[in-house]
Amino acid sequence: MKIVVCAKFVPDATADRRFRPEDSTVDRAGVDGLLSELDEYAVETALTVKEAGDAEVTILTVGPEQAADAVKKGLQMGADAGVHVLDDAIHGSDAVATSLILSKALAKLEADLVVFGMGSTDGGMGVVPAMVSERLGLPAVTLGSEVTVEGQTVRIRRDGDTASDTIEGTLPLVLSVSDQANEPRYPSFKGIMAAKKKPVETWSLADLEIAPDQVGGASAWTEVVEVTARPPRSAGTIVTDDNGSGAAELVEFLSTNKFL
Amino acid sequence: MSNVLVLVDHTAGKVRKTTAELLTIARRLGEPVAVFIGDGVSDALPVLGQYGATKVIALTNADLTQYLVAPKAEALQQVAAKVEPAAILISSSTEGKEVAARLAVKLDSGLITDAVDVTAGDGGPVTTQSVFAGNYTVQAKVTHGTPIITVKPNAATPEAAETSPEVEEFDVTVSDAAKTARITESKPREATGRPELTEAAIIVSGGRGTGGDFGPIEAFADSLGAAVGASRAAVDSGWYPHAYQVGQTGKTVSPQLYVAAGISGAIQHRAGMQTSKTIVAVNKDEEAPIFELVDFGVVGDLHKVLPAATEEVTKRKS
Ligand SMILES: Cc1cc2nc3c(=O)[nH]c(=O)nc-3n(C[C@H](O)[C@H](O)[C@H](O)COP(=O)(O)OP(=O)(O)OC[C@H]3O[C@@H](n4cnc5c(N)ncnc54)[C@H](O)[C@@H]3O)c2cc1C
Ligand SMILES: Cc1cc2nc3c(=O)[nH]c(=O)nc-3n(C[C@H](O)[C@H](O)[C@H](O)COP(=O)(O)OP(=O)(O)OC[C@H]3O[C@@H](n4cnc5c(N)ncnc54)[C@H](O)[C@@H]3O)c2cc1C
Repeated sequence: MKIVVCAKFVPDATADRRFRPEDSTVDRAGVDGLLSELDEYAVETALTVKEAGDAEVTILTVGPEQAADAVKKGLQMGADAGVHVLDDAIHGSDAVATSLILSKALAKLEADLVVFGMGSTDGGMGVVPAMVSERLGLPAVTLGSEVTVEGQTVRIRRDGDTASDTIEGTLPLVLSVSDQANEPRYPSFKGIMAAKKKPVETWSLADLEIAPDQVGGASAWTEVVEVTARPPRSAGTIVTDDNGSGAAELVEFLSTNKFL
Repeated sequence: MSNVLVLVDHTAGKVRKTTAELLTIARRLGEPVAVFIGDGVSDALPVLGQYGATKVIALTNADLTQYLVAPKAEALQQVAAKVEPAAILISSSTEGKEVAARLAVKLDSGLITDAVDVTAGDGGPVTTQSVFAGNYTVQAKVTHGTPIITVKPNAATPEAAETSPEVEEFDVTVSDAAKTARITESKPREATGRPELTEAAIIVSGGRGTGGDFGPIEAFADSLGAAVGASRAAVDSGWYPHAYQVGQTGKTVSPQLYVAAGISGAIQHRAGMQTSKTIVAVNKDEEAPIFELVDFGVVGDLHKVLPAATEEVTKRKS
């Protein structure tokens, strides 16, 4: 079985994330980046399936030069190979364009099982898996909190707002997993050394037969009009509880602000 | 005026508040046309009319509800082909977002998700999104195809505008390809009797500082008529179900009042609550980062402060 994990390179959430003033796109070069933490759960799922049977795991990322780090992290965790789609024309792509690039690459890789995270930690739209499923005409089982693969059947448990559902589909298929699905492993020293010898291919848009004007900022179907930093919240009142005074003052605050 | 499609979010005809919000927003952009999928349209009709739907398109094909999201996107595509809407508004639920994602590909249209506001602009709707854990506000618009926008709960205050919409039954065909993933079992969650987390006006959340006892959190929430939320630390410890997690990998909430008790205020938690109108925290560590956000904070033990506050609130309310 050929498993491909789609993994995104994102700016570190704990660093000072910002936008490029010139085109309102995310500054991916000036801020430290890493494999989106939520995609680690997807890598872990793929590795678990591989260990239970016979499979090859490829990490696929679309992103700038430094996005190679996301591929590397996946390889260190235990994936077998990597593909990095890298092309200057991709900069500024929106979700629809990103899903086009991923779909073309996935078709070329002839994936049986495509694994996604629940959402990136930067854009966080949570829509790319559904878009890829739509484009490839493959079934999608999304947001699995528990995943089992038996033969050709993939079954997940999805914990929704009103119910906990069991959902299944047949390979080839698109799967996304939540952060409840597993506990992603840390790369071992052996894994880190082994990763250096694993094959990573870099593909351009031309390799995927995508015209440069089909993707990227200039042809994005969404346009950012304005970006504003949120004004810091004005400093509030902080009191220290002394034998019940905290509760009294809290209730007084709630009452003054008409919450009672 | 041009039509604006609103996908109705409901359970068996009981319309969710988010739909009233969408209809209110749709009226800023054109004439709201509600698309109702499933059973119960007659129950839903009064509410849809109250918030200004000029027409209700009802789709009852059983395949639409049995097979997850793909058939719903197909149905909306067929409706859109007929109605030629100026925009399509869908709730930002997990299902809503997936329907929207598929529809964007089908209609060759741009998609904006998680809008916290939508206004009419010169060249179509202008959306406001709150991004990067609420640290930035982005205004954006769709520049290609039919603008598809998913809207977060509480993005607008529902305003009534009584109409008496006609119901139009609409026949859709669902392809076999859209039926390939299916729900084989569904276990409904027990109702708590509390407001829905994403729709609540007040939320009281507990974190690791509860030490596993959510009693004081629930009691305080009930005194205020609030929903209960939890941090991931509390959820991961098994103290509260994941459905109540607030934050990046849980729910994003934007209530009038958010009370964080025993929660430190990590960036991923802030991502889910930073846009709340008023923020209150109870934490025994005066250095806790949550205090940077608050309008009112109590440095103290939640196990003492909350029960005393609950008692006082109950007294004042009676
Ligand atoms: C703050 C912000 C707001 C944005 N708003 C919009 C908007 O409203 N509309 C719009 O069209 N675009 C928007 N974008 C752009 C959009 O985020 C990117 O185009 C992105 O490529 C796709 O969306 P996502 O990161 O939200 O992915 P999600 O849909 O959240 O990602 C889900 C999964 O898809 C996979 N994946 C996603 N991107 C890649 C990748 N590059 N390489 C490999 N795997 C990947 C991962 O497995 C990931 O877990 C926004 C970006 C930012 C930073
Ligand atoms: C990819 C990713 C996604 C994440 N998503 C989420 C998410 O969606 N939601 C989320 O919440 N977190 C999320 N996290 C985790 C987040 O980073 C924090 O670990 C988490 O929010 C901490 O929860 P906490 O504040 O309850 O616990 P802690 O950080 O341990 O804080 C506990 C607080 O309670 C206080 N306290 C202790 N005892 C008392 C007492 N008796 N009275 C009053 N105060 C007391 C302490 O002073 C402390 O400030 C995510 C992390 C990652 C990496």
